[in-house]
Amino acid sequence: MKRTVFPNRWLPYALVAPQLAVTIAFFFWPALDSLRLSLYRASPFGDRLIFIGLGNFQRLLSDPAYFWSAATSFLFSALVTVLGLTVALLLASLANAKIRGLAVYRTLLLWPYGIAPAIAGVIWLFVFHPSFGVLPYLLSFVTAYQFNWFLKGWVALVLIVVAAIWKQFGYNLAFYLAGLQAIPGSVLEAASVDGAGPIRRFFAITFPLLSPVTFFLFTLNMTFSFFDTFGLVHAVTQGGPGEATSILVFRAWKDGFEGLQLGYSAAQSVILMLLVVALTAVQFRFTEKKVTY
Amino acid sequence: MASTSPVASAGAVATAELAGRIPAARRRDMSGAIAHAILLVSVAVLAFPLYYAFVISTQSLDEVTTLPPKLVPSTHLIPNYADAWARAKMGRLLLNSAIVALAVAIGKIAISLLSAFAIVYFNFRGKQLVFWTIFITLMLPVPVRIVSTYQVVSVLGWVDTYWGLIVPLLASATGTFLFRQFFQTIPDSLAEAAQLDGAGPLRFFWSFLLPLSKANIAALFVILFVYGWNDYLWPLIVTNTPEMRTAVIGIDSLIPRTSQLPEWNVAMAAAMMVLLPPVVVIVAMQRWFVKGLIETEK
Repeated sequence: MKRTVFPNRWLPYALVAPQLAVTIAFFFWPALDSLRLSLYRASPFGDRLIFIGLGNFQRLLSDPAYFWSAATSFLFSALVTVLGLTVALLLASLANAKIRGLAVYRTLLLWPYGIAPAIAGVIWLFVFHPSFGVLPYLLSFVTAYQFNWFLKGWVALVLIVVAAIWKQFGYNLAFYLAGLQAIPGSVLEAASVDGAGPIRRFFAITFPLLSPVTFFLFTLNMTFSFFDTFGLVHAVTQGGPGEATSILVFRAWKDGFEGLQLGYSAAQSVILMLLVVALTAVQFRFTEKKVTY
Repeated sequence: MASTSPVASAGAVATAELAGRIPAARRRDMSGAIAHAILLVSVAVLAFPLYYAFVISTQSLDEVTTLPPKLVPSTHLIPNYADAWARAKMGRLLLNSAIVALAVAIGKIAISLLSAFAIVYFNFRGKQLVFWTIFITLMLPVPVRIVSTYQVVSVLGWVDTYWGLIVPLLASATGTFLFRQFFQTIPDSLAEAAQLDGAGPLRFFWSFLLPLSKANIAALFVILFVYGWNDYLWPLIVTNTPEMRTAVIGIDSLIPRTSQLPEWNVAMAAAMMVLLPPVVVIVAMQRWFVKGLIETEK
């Protein structure tokens, strides 16, 4: 704790005023208003709100489409995070050597972070394009199966997973490389002398020592794939085909701003809010206990 | 090893290999070669989609729609970019994105600096409450208050304005915590010395804290500029007219849908123009970018 040095009664309030004003007007008030709105639905003419208690939540929880949407969201986030991190860790472990030019590689790995998910999606949309894209063209030599994401839900899901991983992959790899370089070689050599093979060394030493990096990247990738991929879905698949890529955030936006079901959308926001609170709690438990720093 | 003859050394290596032991020097060379190979392949795979997008943006409509796909640049670069620029009113879109990204980055940094200064260098009633208020915003991203935030902006008459695009994004818990942590590492003696010299709090902030915070400001700037430029959900909600759209959303009209002429060359030209500014900022300010990535997630 710092010794407080400036005795001034009103200045600190003036200093925090802008932050508090924005926080209250655009964060707290809307969050509370979402809670209130989630208990209402619009009247048939949309001119006033009718109180329906937990009706919106009952409707959501009994709607198979909403359940499907939640499942898609979790599957999508899990695929992006687990695949992205596993491959990055594998490659980083294989490439862990004292070599020249690591700074150059880092630059060449980090730039995709700057590409908006929506733009990444548009580029991959064309790579996957059923008529002109390079990927279906190459696959046509291997199999007669039509990888048409306009028609097949799972191909559309693969498309957005690949686009999302592409954007994240470089810095996942860069962070694992940096983490590995920080592990003292003497530790691994000692294990090697004791007769531990490369796989044993990886699971007994490298992986536990990397747990802070893994945790950091895991949180980052989960948040990214759950919330920041709205643009990707909106620009590329519009939740389709059918409902195949309709993730939770996309559905909340669509029901609110295209369907104009404000109460229904607000109820979805409230569920997302509970989810964020739960995830934050998990994050804090983990930072306190499981992770070696 | 260097003093022995090549044959003898090769023999030694072979025996070592037979015994399952590879000499350390040779093992290091090999792992170095493997590392370079893996990194080169990764870099190339990552770069391919961007290269492909660029190549498409230089081709004519005929070239884009023929199979097999041509993977070398062609001659239509200028007409495609000019076409995209005119049809999507790229000038206005890029200007909007630049205004929003800069204002969001600078505004968030300014607001965070002031809050952190108040929290670290003053004792005031309700400080804990202020701290937790700021902390809780971490748990309230746009999607969890999507309809209601729009309604607030709408009541203020800020729909389709820069105010609406910028102000609701200005609160920053990460920025405040970053500067708070940094201020706490500054020795107390600095503020005491400043006070002895007769400097007031604002003078101390301006002449001492700000210059010391340069590196953190730069790090945060890169992250926030990229965030502001690439944000999608908020500008989509809060703007309706093409004039107020930001670039990531505005180029949507150029993406060919199923029933339209497949002018992917023009769409890719637009995509290249939109993705370039944040990528250039990251590459040019790479050192700060890496610092920012680490610091903002602590």
